[in-house]
Amino acid sequence: MSGRDLGRVSAHESWDAERAAGIIAGHAHREGATLPILHALQETFGYVDAAAVPLIAEALNLSRAEVHGCLTFYHDFRKEPAGRHTVKLCRAEACQAVGADALHDEVLRHYDVAWHGTTRDGQVTVEPVFCLGLCACGPAALVDGEPVGRLDLDALADALTERAA
Amino acid sequence: MSITLYLPKDTASLALGADRVAKALQRAAQARGLDLTLVRTGSRGMLWLEPLLEVETPEGRIAYGPVRPGDAESLLDAGLAQGGAHRLRIGRPEDYPYFARQQRLTFGRCGIVDPASVEAYRAHGGYRGLEAALAAGPAGTVEAVKASGLRGRGGAGFPTGIKWNTVLLAEARQKYVVCNADEGDSGTFADRMLMEGDPLTLIEGMTIAAVAVGATRGYIYCRSEYPHAFAALETAIAAAERAGCLGADVMGSGKAFHLEARLGAGAYICGEETSLLESLEGKRGIVRAKPPIPALKGLFGQPTLVNNVLSFAAVPWILEHGGPAYAAYGMGRSLGTLPIQLAGNVKRGGLIETAFGLTLREVIEDFGGGTASGRPLRAVQVGGPLGAYFPESLLDTPLDYEAFAAKKGLLGHGGIVVFDDTVDLARQARFAFEFCAAESCGKCTPCRIGAVRGMETIDKVIAGESPRENLALVTDLCEVMTDGSLCAMGGLTPVPVMSALTHFPEDFSGRGARLPLAAE
Repeated sequence: MSGRDLGRVSAHESWDAERAAGIIAGHAHREGATLPILHALQETFGYVDAAAVPLIAEALNLSRAEVHGCLTFYHDFRKEPAGRHTVKLCRAEACQAVGADALHDEVLRHYDVAWHGTTRDGQVTVEPVFCLGLCACGPAALVDGEPVGRLDLDALADALTERAA
Repeated sequence: MSITLYLPKDTASLALGADRVAKALQRAAQARGLDLTLVRTGSRGMLWLEPLLEVETPEGRIAYGPVRPGDAESLLDAGLAQGGAHRLRIGRPEDYPYFARQQRLTFGRCGIVDPASVEAYRAHGGYRGLEAALAAGPAGTVEAVKASGLRGRGGAGFPTGIKWNTVLLAEARQKYVVCNADEGDSGTFADRMLMEGDPLTLIEGMTIAAVAVGATRGYIYCRSEYPHAFAALETAIAAAERAGCLGADVMGSGKAFHLEARLGAGAYICGEETSLLESLEGKRGIVRAKPPIPALKGLFGQPTLVNNVLSFAAVPWILEHGGPAYAAYGMGRSLGTLPIQLAGNVKRGGLIETAFGLTLREVIEDFGGGTASGRPLRAVQVGGPLGAYFPESLLDTPLDYEAFAAKKGLLGHGGIVVFDDTVDLARQARFAFEFCAAESCGKCTPCRIGAVRGMETIDKVIAGESPRENLALVTDLCEVMTDGSLCAMGGLTPVPVMSALTHFPEDFSGRGARLPLAAE
């Protein structure tokens, strides 16, 4: 990790209801617009703020319960911001077959985090994922959306350094 | 001097450093004053050779791999432009044994063309299937698909032509064509490879389907774990629209087809077709009861054709060459080709498209070269997380829907995951329940509760707590889940569990973690 405090620098905008309403309006005309809206909000703000639920419900003529239900059903949507970098580690069988379980224990220990947790310096959030389609070059991970194959601790550190640059 | 090189940019190649290789090549070329054009393609599917660099020569494409960034200088020194000798040179990919033994019908263009270019697609035979379909008309198109014997490649193996016919005959103002690109099974990556390497084949297949069944709108539901595939789809759809192959007037036929890619949100269950439709409608991905079948009452209650990526992608070839030509491949009732995905602990993993009927052993030993670790193979899981674990003694099972069913397994989406002798099948059985518990939609009790109880009970077995009694409970629970679940998630989770118990009982003795046989 670099000595600079990068944790405060976010790639995302901070929550803004007016901005959110604009994003929602941009997608509201689409068939089955809930998921595209949730994705767009998360892309902008890094998570989906609870305050977005009534805005979406209003725009799509749904109940708040329906929107909340959708938001909480899918693993992708965050209720709070993640760390500066997100590491998704594949826990599925093909990666297990090449030692992913032991590697994951090592990663969690090394970065001192639990699954879904963020390092204390706010740099790295570690999440499980079930299959990235990299089953012939595992263990596999996505680091800020970029794939890494034949992962080990060093390769992960390199990928994080590359992303931070 | 100028030189054109081909380098994949599919996710697997990127994961193995393809972008770093691209940068190194550009730097090296610039230093030499070479005018380098780097065409980024999909992967040929020989993943241990990625990144695989190719150059066009009078003898055809000559390939080099696996290329590391540090190889750029020596490759250019070796006369790369002429296909010069180098320790990484593998010659023409088509002559390479792994590739030469395949029958690439669906994946014929993957790894060769620029996936974003309609021009390149047409130059390699693209859109001939759609032309044939427009000439044949809806009934003729459906007839060709029926004659091909194509069965749903998503795993269920339902005859594709019959499904198409049902949607064709349904009457409605609006019909939909939906592609299930929620490829969540571990050990499978063929959908991803095709969407990244040759997305226009999928788009053409869907367009043929839409014209045949009378649908004007279509969606590709792509999982969010595949961000690069999603981007490739969006690019290719826009290119097809600009070329007049999608939109209000498909290739001057007067028929409209509007296609859109939609992103899933990390729910495995959305690979189940009714759950996928709920998700597309903007709801929780909760499984629907069938009937009504989606072909009659699907997306927004309208007749909807739902097929897997590989089913749609097989169709352009079928229309171009005719149903019987496709049916000439394969065995029994499994006709055509199966894109096999060889993965896990294997030396030469990758995509192997071949006629149905090869045995597991031929795939793993002849193509795969055995385990990557060099240790003895102990188990093979075929068909994703809901597929069976087979021991070495079942490796002579041919890849055929019925042959697998007869051994209480399933072919699924054609993914094969190899494990060496360090695998503990009690842990794998536990994982099957754990995965089901994490991914169940929660609608029906056997799946929602059964998965949790199953995991707890296997934990007791692993801890050595009355293993015999607890295994009897697990067996009973599996029966309830098989018979009482609404969809394949709960209904098939017992397959990996029971196959592990049946073929590897020694791992469930309750004497703690199994030690590797050879501790040398």
